Amino acid sequence: MPKTIVEINEKIREGKAVVVTAEEIIDIAREKGAKKAAQEVDVVTTGTFSPMCSSGAYFNIGHSKPRIKLGGGRTYLNDVLAYTGLGATDLFLGANALPDDDPRNRIHPGEFNYGGGHVIEELVTGRDVRLVATAYGTDCYPRRRLETWINIKDINQATLFNIRNAYQNYNVAANLSDKTIYTYMGILKPRLGNASYSSAGQLSPLFNDPYYKTIGIGTRIFLGGGTGLIAWQGTQHNPDVPRTEKGVPKSGAGTLATIGDLKQMNPRWLVGTSMLGYGCTLTVGVGVPIPILSEEILQYTVVTDKDIVAPVVDYSEAYPQRQPDILGEVSYAELKSGKIKVKGKDVPTASMSSYPRAVEIANTLKEWIQSGKFLLTEPVEPLPGVASGIILKPLNERPIEY
Amino acid sequence: MAVSKRIVLRFPRRLVERPIIYRLVKDYDLEFNILKASITPEEEGVLVLELKGDQKEYDKGINFLIKTGVKIQSLSQDVTRNEARCTNCGACITICPTGAFELEPRTRYVIFDNEKCIACGLCIKACPPRAMEVHF
Repeated sequence: MPKTIVEINEKIREGKAVVVTAEEIIDIAREKGAKKAAQEVDVVTTGTFSPMCSSGAYFNIGHSKPRIKLGGGRTYLNDVLAYTGLGATDLFLGANALPDDDPRNRIHPGEFNYGGGHVIEELVTGRDVRLVATAYGTDCYPRRRLETWINIKDINQATLFNIRNAYQNYNVAANLSDKTIYTYMGILKPRLGNASYSSAGQLSPLFNDPYYKTIGIGTRIFLGGGTGLIAWQGTQHNPDVPRTEKGVPKSGAGTLATIGDLKQMNPRWLVGTSMLGYGCTLTVGVGVPIPILSEEILQYTVVTDKDIVAPVVDYSEAYPQRQPDILGEVSYAELKSGKIKVKGKDVPTASMSSYPRAVEIANTLKEWIQSGKFLLTEPVEPLPGVASGIILKPLNERPIEY
Repeated sequence: MAVSKRIVLRFPRRLVERPIIYRLVKDYDLEFNILKASITPEEEGVLVLELKGDQKEYDKGINFLIKTGVKIQSLSQDVTRNEARCTNCGACITICPTGAFELEPRTRYVIFDNEKCIACGLCIKACPPRAMEVHF
């Protein structure tokens, strides 16, 4: 008998909802059978904790006296450049932003010890952040310079707005060349010295709802230790990729844009991150509840690491040159065993995504729902699916002639 | 009884030019393997050694070092993990040349065995949240 989100919310309010994690559901469905499990379980919780580069936050800092128009000027938060192409006191800070005087990769590999992701972490921690702005001055906004401490508790809005989170599957990165390379997938040793992956696998949100049948725009989620919403499809959302029989995409596919009030988040789940030789980013915790509306939905949530495969890609040549070739496909069960076989060689694996933290997110979300403080939402619109016609386009350059 | 220990030696400026390690070999029959050596801007020498030999001779050798004015510290006190910053992602695992990081198979927590650590420092910058710290 299919359930509705309204019915599940009623059970949550009464404290009677049966909530399990995407890890726990695997054994439950195996023991009880899918049909019975679908009747008994109301919600399956997922989680992922990984560097997610297209993350950021926007702020309204309030009007100074006299007023200053930050828009069109330059504003720094702890020396990190924020985006000011907005109204007078609005700012956007991207996780990858760097201080002007960071040496980048001038001495390779650059360390990237501090950037936008770290500023977001400091704000969430409650630390004062130094704002330095220059502006051009207008009749109504005469001020040209502002230097002040700001604190998250004093500013009007601090909103985490990540335009691409929770990638549904991702490349496994390796290095075929003769030298060490420094990538967003970590340090890759020469001649297939290691391989790096970045997904929570069976716990990851979109692997548990591969066709986006319950996860949609307006879905309430765990975001950065607080609650947030799915705002839109994420950038590079690409649902129509080759899938396994069970519907699991065999390479990067769906993504989520997420939004939430930064003021109620927690630095344990928003960690400023440095990728040697690559840049700064933010490690973000995301957890999505999946309402078990039918046996079909339940079947998707019992996905295991064995069912999920990812492409192994050479990041010394194929990736940077945008060549389509892959070195093979491996399952997350193999990846998590500690080594995979690539071109006949045993290659040790490491993860960029924290599985213990993903488990903790799924458990936290489970507790929130069990305690009645987190209700499910009905999506206001679905995410674009396989038949949406969305394809991931490369940039085809057109030379500009002068 | 034979022992093998990893230690950090700090040589004050006045000792940097004396052949102290040679005496450990010659007088106490100790075997050594240099894991790291550097001279700080204050011209203090820092040497990370693996030192092997008979327990009695080892103790005598250490006594000799102390009397000479060398400061000794166990290596395991020098590389530490900031547990509050570590996210247990595991990025360090394939970077460490001595396998000092290992996954606990059930929970997938990353275990840091500082007995295996040679303080090479590779994990410091490879750690995305910068949780590894070296205190030389």
